[in-house]
Amino acid sequence: MIPNALMDTLQVTALVLVAAGATVVVLTRDRIRLVLVLSVYGMLLAILFFVFQAPDVTLSELTVGAVALPLILLLAIAKVRKRPEQ
Amino acid sequence: MTPRQRLCLFAVAIAGLVACYLWAFSGLPGFGRYPGPYGNVILKNAITQTNSTGVVSTINFEYRGFDTVGEEFILFASAAGMSVVLRRLRGEHDTSPFDEAANRQLPRTSGPLRIVTLLLAGPLVLLGWWLATHAQANPSGGFQGGVVIATGIMAVYLSGEFLAFRRLRPAAVLDAAEAIGAGGFVLTGIAAVAQDLPFLYNFIPLGTVPGAVSSGGTIALISFCVGIEVAAAFVLIIGELLDQTLLRSTGSSTGGSTGRGTGKAGR
Repeated sequence: MIPNALMDTLQVTALVLVAAGATVVVLTRDRIRLVLVLSVYGMLLAILFFVFQAPDVTLSELTVGAVALPLILLLAIAKVRKRPEQ
Repeated sequence: MTPRQRLCLFAVAIAGLVACYLWAFSGLPGFGRYPGPYGNVILKNAITQTNSTGVVSTINFEYRGFDTVGEEFILFASAAGMSVVLRRLRGEHDTSPFDEAANRQLPRTSGPLRIVTLLLAGPLVLLGWWLATHAQANPSGGFQGGVVIATGIMAVYLSGEFLAFRRLRPAAVLDAAEAIGAGGFVLTGIAAVAQDLPFLYNFIPLGTVPGAVSSGGTIALISFCVGIEVAAAFVLIIGELLDQTLLRSTGSSTGGSTGRGTGKAGR
């Protein structure tokens, strides 16, 4: 078993990381970069869920938040991006 | 309204919000404390009732299986809707230059990316398959497994093998897989009804060893169906979007030589 104090430290660290990550997501303006930051944020959330003993949610967050959602967003951005002036 | 008035209004509003928020917060149960009865009841009975140790899956596919059917069809409907909407756009392509993406020179896929993604593709599909078929034993499930399988197939695309990717997603097979997955879930439920049992009743023998792959009855079957459906739906959705992007970067437009052009989508 992991001692309680260590678990508490992990949980607080994860919470702080997620808060920091969310702030970075909000402050990022460039769309492409935003998608990548969002993907990293999804990873942080997955770690948070894992540290709070929810492995099922971790898996979902990992697949959807860190991989599928950024992928679909990137494709959507590519789709609506205007042709550069020529 | 002057900026100053607006600021005052904001100050009042935010003060009220903070006050209410703190008040509500002070009434929450303590950290990690669970006041409701259901969680404890399920924790006590889930494994003995179903012989499935993946209790989250037991809840998803057994106790609230009916709700999961609904959720399953959300994804089914979005994939279907997406192919319908985007198919029409594709036909319009030649006449609607506004819809063009940047006519960029596609950079060649770098060696390391090719190697990593091609190495990952197989293991990812295998991992997804494992996740989708072990919902009754581990923390996993059809949904996660399906998305991981789709990710493995996407890795082939990332490696620059557009043609191989196209071959990996024949529309007929994907449509069929999606229908089989979604239909299999419902048919499992109806199979129970056919035996005079409630819809989605777990009618398959539960096995004797808790946590064995063969235990859990319909949980494994449903999870597998969900996995197939989700994988097909995701590949379909992403493939539709990719088709649009690829068409634009390889087809029609000017000198954007792509080296490994895929030509027009033949579908």
